[in-house]
Amino acid sequence: MIRDITIGQYYPADSLLHRLDPRVKLLGTLVFIVSLFIADSWLGYVLAAAFLALMIRLSNVPLKFMLRGLKAVMILLLISVGFNIFLTDGEHVLLEFWIIKITWEGVKQALFMGTRLIFLIMGSSLMTLTTTPNQLTDGLETGLGFLKKIHVPIHEIAMMMSIALRFIPILIEETDKIMKAQMARGADFETGGLIQKAKALVPILVPLFISSFRRATDLAMAMEARCYNGGDRTKMKPLKYETRDYITYVVFAIYLALMILVGRL
Amino acid sequence: MIELKNINYTYGGGTTQQIHALKDVSLQIPDGQFIGLIGHTGSGKSTLIQHLNGLVKATSGDILYNGQSIYAEGFSMKGLRSKVGLVFQYPEHQLFETDVFTDVCFGPKNLGLDAEEIRARAREALDLVGLDESYDKVSPFELSGGQKRRVAIAGVLAMKPDVLILDEPTAGLDPKGRDEILDQVAKLHRERGITVVLVSHSMEDVAKYVDRIIVMNHGQVAFDGVPKEVFRHYQELETMGLAAPQVTYIVQALRAKGFPIGEDITTVEEAKAAILQVVGGKR
Ligand SMILES: Nc1ncnc2c1ncn2[C@@H]1O[C@H](COP(=O)(O)OP(=O)(O)OP(=O)(O)O)[C@@H](O)[C@H]1O
Ligand SMILES: [Mg+2]
Repeated sequence: MIRDITIGQYYPADSLLHRLDPRVKLLGTLVFIVSLFIADSWLGYVLAAAFLALMIRLSNVPLKFMLRGLKAVMILLLISVGFNIFLTDGEHVLLEFWIIKITWEGVKQALFMGTRLIFLIMGSSLMTLTTTPNQLTDGLETGLGFLKKIHVPIHEIAMMMSIALRFIPILIEETDKIMKAQMARGADFETGGLIQKAKALVPILVPLFISSFRRATDLAMAMEARCYNGGDRTKMKPLKYETRDYITYVVFAIYLALMILVGRL
Repeated sequence: MIELKNINYTYGGGTTQQIHALKDVSLQIPDGQFIGLIGHTGSGKSTLIQHLNGLVKATSGDILYNGQSIYAEGFSMKGLRSKVGLVFQYPEHQLFETDVFTDVCFGPKNLGLDAEEIRARAREALDLVGLDESYDKVSPFELSGGQKRRVAIAGVLAMKPDVLILDEPTAGLDPKGRDEILDQVAKLHRERGITVVLVSHSMEDVAKYVDRIIVMNHGQVAFDGVPKEVFRHYQELETMGLAAPQVTYIVQALRAKGFPIGEDITTVEEAKAAILQVVGGKR
C-alpha cells in the first residue's frame, strides 16, 4: 500500500538508461518536460508518447512498476482534470444545466492537461527509477557547478537532496513497521469517518517524527565525526562522458527540434 | 492453540528483488507453552511471528487459531490481535502519547472497553513490568531505554493476550535489564498460564526459561524440541551461526576426556551439580 509510491525510488536493472551519465538524464528530463509544454496538438502528444514509450522500452523497467507510481498521484490528476473540464469556457457547448457547463474546449483542455501530467510524472520517475540517488546528486552537483561562481551553495544543496532522497525508503520502511506495531495494539486505520481516520494517524506520525529527528541527529553526528565540512571534496568516481552520452544528447536535441516543428500543428 | 500449515512467504512480490523469507513452515503452538524461537539474523523469525497475529498474510499456506482459519472470510483480525499480543523488536519506537499511562491505555481503548476497565488494565500491566504509579504521568520520551521498553511491553500486556510474542525483548539491554525483563515474562507465564513465544539470538537467554526451542535457518524450521534435544546438535547449530550455551561445550569437553557426565545438561546449575558429583565421587 505505502510501498506503491515509486517517485524517488530506484529500480535496479541493467540497461542503456541505467548506464547513462546522470547529467544527460537530468537535462534529458528537463528537455522532455519543456517539450510537454510546447506540445499543443494531437500530433505533439503522439510524438511525446512515442518518445516516452521508447525510453521506457530502453530502461528495462516494467511498465507495471511505472503505472503503480501513477496511482499515488491519481487524486491530484483527477482534481486538475476536473477543474479543466468544468471551468474552461468555449463555444462548442456539449452539456449545460444549472451552473455546470461542459464545453468541447474544456474536454480537450482536460485531456491535454491530464496527459501532460501523466507524461510529466512518468518521465521524471523514469529518471529516478534508472538513477541511484547518489548518481543523481552527483550529476546535479557537477552539472550545476558553474553556479558556484555566483556563490550558490550548490554542494550543500546537492548534499541535502541526496540525504532527503536516501531517507525516503527508510521512512517508508519505518512507517510500515510503526503501522504494524500499532495494529498489533488494535489500532484501526481503515474504518471510520475522515476525522477518525485523521486521528488514527497520530500514533503513526508521532513516532515517525521522533525517529526522523533521532536519525537526523545521528547522521549529523556521524558526519561531523568524519570531519565533513562541506566544500572541496574530491570524488572517488568523477563523472565522465562516454560516446553513448553524446549520442543521447543529439537524440534529445533532435526530439526537441521535432517537437518545436510539429508540436503546435 | 495456533497451527501453521505449510506457510510460505515472499517479500517483494512482483519486483526484481524477491526474498523467499519463509519456506514451507509447519508448526503447532499448544496453549501454555513457553517457546524459544531462535535463528541467525535474517532467518525469518520476525517474519514468522508477524504471521501469527495476521499482520503479514502468507503467500501460501494456512494458519488455524483454535481450529479456525484466520484467513477465512469474516474472521475478526482485530479479535485475533487482542488474543495474540505481539511486542515488536525495539518496541519503544512505537510510543507516542504524552504520558506513560495514556500510552498503555491505547491497546485496551482500541478494544472498545469502558474507561474503568481500561484504567484497571493499564495499571495492572504497568505493575507487571515493574513500573509503579510514580511513572504514570512521566512522558515516555524522558525514560531510559529499558524503561521505555517496559512501557511498550505493558502496552501489549494491557490487552490481556492469551499468547504473548516478544521479538528480541532484550536487544540492546544490559545484563541486569535483560534478566529483569525475562524474569518478569517467565513469572507471567507461570502465574497466568499464557503461551509465550520468545524470539532471541541467544541460546543462553532462552535455555534457562523455555520448554521448547524452535530453530529457524534460512526460512525453514531446522530443529524443534526440548532444549536438551536441540543442544545435542550443537555442531549443526554452529554451522547456522548459532551456538549452544557455553556449559554445553564444557560438558562435551569433559565427556570427551572420559568424565561420566550426562550429556543433557543445559544450564550452569545442572552442570555444577553434575561436576561436583563426579569430582566428589573420585575423592
Ligand atoms: N520489509 C521487508 N522487505 C523485504 N525483505 C524483507 C523485509 N523484512 C525482512 N526481509 C527479508 O526477509 C528475511 C527474513 O527477515 P526477518 O526480519 O524475518 O529475519 P529475522 O530472523 O527476524 O532477523 P533478525 O534476527 O535480524 O531480526 C531477510 O532475508 C530479510 O532481508
Ligand atoms: Mg527480527
